[in-house]
Amino acid sequence: MSDYYAALDLPSLQLHLDLANLEQRFHAASRRLHPDRFARASAAEQQAALDASSVLNDAYRTLRDPLRRAEYALKLAGFNVGEQGNLDVPASLLEEVFEFNLALEEADADEVAAARNRFVALRGEIDARMEELFAAYDAAPKRETLEELRGLLNRRRYVANLISTASGEGIRH
Amino acid sequence: MGTFQIDFGTTAKPPRIIGIDLGTTNSLGAYLDATGTPRVIPGDDGQPLVPSVVHYPLEGAPVVGYAAMEKLKSDPARTVYSAKRLMGRGLSDVAGEKFTYAIDAATSGQVIHLGVGVTPPEVGAAVLRALKQNAEAHLGEEVTQAVITVPAYFNDAQRQATKDAGRIAGLEVLRLVNEPTAAALAYGLDKRKQGVIAVYDLGGGTFDISILKLRDGIFEVLATNGDTHLGGDDIDHLLMQVALEDLASEWGRDLSGDANAYQSLRQAVIAAKHALSTRPEVALEFHWEGRAYRRELTRDVFDRLILPIVDRTLGPCRRCLDDAGVGVEQIDEVVLVGGSTRIPLVWSAVENLFRSRPHTELNPDEVVALGAAVQAGILAGDVQDTLLLDVTPLSLGLETMGGVVTKLIHRNSTIPASATETFTTAIDGQRNVLIHAVQGEREMVKDCRSLARFDLKDIPPMPAGLPKIEVRFLIDANGILNVSAKELRSGQEHSMEVTPSYGLTDEQVEAMIIASIEHAEDDFRERQVREARVEADQMLAAIDKAKANDAWDALSSEARAAVSLATNQLLLAYHGDDHELILAKIEELNEATLPLAETMMNTAVQGALKGTKI
Repeated sequence: MSDYYAALDLPSLQLHLDLANLEQRFHAASRRLHPDRFARASAAEQQAALDASSVLNDAYRTLRDPLRRAEYALKLAGFNVGEQGNLDVPASLLEEVFEFNLALEEADADEVAAARNRFVALRGEIDARMEELFAAYDAAPKRETLEELRGLLNRRRYVANLISTASGEGIRH
Repeated sequence: MGTFQIDFGTTAKPPRIIGIDLGTTNSLGAYLDATGTPRVIPGDDGQPLVPSVVHYPLEGAPVVGYAAMEKLKSDPARTVYSAKRLMGRGLSDVAGEKFTYAIDAATSGQVIHLGVGVTPPEVGAAVLRALKQNAEAHLGEEVTQAVITVPAYFNDAQRQATKDAGRIAGLEVLRLVNEPTAAALAYGLDKRKQGVIAVYDLGGGTFDISILKLRDGIFEVLATNGDTHLGGDDIDHLLMQVALEDLASEWGRDLSGDANAYQSLRQAVIAAKHALSTRPEVALEFHWEGRAYRRELTRDVFDRLILPIVDRTLGPCRRCLDDAGVGVEQIDEVVLVGGSTRIPLVWSAVENLFRSRPHTELNPDEVVALGAAVQAGILAGDVQDTLLLDVTPLSLGLETMGGVVTKLIHRNSTIPASATETFTTAIDGQRNVLIHAVQGEREMVKDCRSLARFDLKDIPPMPAGLPKIEVRFLIDANGILNVSAKELRSGQEHSMEVTPSYGLTDEQVEAMIIASIEHAEDDFRERQVREARVEADQMLAAIDKAKANDAWDALSSEARAAVSLATNQLLLAYHGDDHELILAKIEELNEATLPLAETMMNTAVQGALKGTKI
């Protein structure tokens, strides 16, 4: 796995990133590494530029998005990410999902829209908690922070799926 | 006072890179002048535009440009237009499309073969060769390197086909640049320090929309979308259908099967379409076999006819905004590119969608080539502060169980972009692993476009799951996929056989390069014949003039007969294609006229001595 943090000259596993600063780093590195800068260089230099700039682009694409960044950091830290989707869904949410499925079955558009709003609000809470965990980890890197983060990511993925289902239903009715 | 010799280092000057817009309807080249300003390259006729039309005569070299356009009506079966629509495509892709030249079943791989005996990349190469010659004549130096533009929404096969066309034409294609991005570069919007720009590019055959973010000379494409089968050609086709139906009811004749009539009508329809961009009403006139057809066409009717086509561009625009994560209100500038954006309805549709007045200062036919020249300057190191960061328009995926696509590189990822996957065997002793790469956004393989199949060969026999082969998929700065495989345990490169789904093999391209060199020899021979004829013309004119001189009458009858004989022999050779024979006959005629020349000289000397003029 390529080191995306190194590609952008950032401390490894830093979870909170200032996006404007990240863009500046990306642009500055692009000016140095982009294959356009090596059009008249040797084949070996051209290949090196191609490899380096592809890693740089992959790094920027991953790190600028908080979710992808968190997943990547978890992978770097040795966590197995993205497999055990439903394990971290709390009981309170399961009840909510049960009602949501009922609303879907009955094609109750109002009820579906209301559920969607609750899911969107929940996603907002998850995102806020994620930022807190980012800050906590950057201040004092602890494994349990990453464990909580992994659970949060799974829950967020689950909620995001619910939102897209609810949105799809909203369009159909 | 002494003078300084200034060494400009002309001998060490690296080869010049030109920019080329290889369009569906027209093509042109451009270069950066000494001041760093992009300029279009004119041809012998002073015109920068070369129509992308190639006529293939039964014998001899292909004819390109306006001369080929003349042949559209008289020899439609052997005259190829809009070949860009066929680039990197299979027969099934163009089913239902009408061309007046034959498109044959693919005889090799999936590449279309035209009735005139060439493939679409070779047609592109003929146009590129004409542009190369124009550039060499204009710049007074050999040109071997180029940046060529492609529609942003071109897939891998279409890009590869364009690169092949360059190779066949004897051009090293240093970069393929997306047309809307090139347009943004040309617009000198780099004068603006930062902002978000939308480029709407509706050409002859393709539609692109790109949204770029600009910051301190970096042009970062946020998203691109489009339709490689949507453009002015579709408008022509629509108008043709209407006109053909109208003609059928008026004349009681269906002309759609008659290629000559079809081309004549098509030219008339295109002329009417062009005129409607500046006039509210035009007359469509068509003459055929002594009959005349005339229809008034108002812009209102025209607008209603083409509205569905214009509407088809709006969906990609909205998806592009979504993907870019940008709202309409955040777009600072809108740029219009491509000949079809001259249509007022297109113009106003764009203005309505983006709620801002589009830029049209630069000639929409030239702006892409000018941008290609700027990119050429970037590659040459002549332009330092500007850098383009473009994206891949389509997601790259692999076929997995049940014909489902697993996406590896998502659309609108900045290129170069890469992804790595590890493959292993499913059964003991398995020797091969097959990988099928596709491009597209759909979930199922059958709904995406097959890109290539990779066969990881010669895997040493081992229990299932033990071999580990890491395959790296890399989309380069041209938007073309490169794949390499590595045996993980040994770290050795793993051999792999690549079968592109819609491309020419290297061997085919090589063969085409050789064929084009033969054509170049044809060209050369033809030029030699032409030059010999010019010389013969001069000789014959001189003899005609001499015959009016008194010296001719003073000549012996044998000498006169010798001149007449040599003249007749030269005239016989004149219409052949053997330049050496023509030159030999000129020489013989020259010798036969020696007595005449001598007599004339004497007369002249005598005349001069007498102080009189002859």
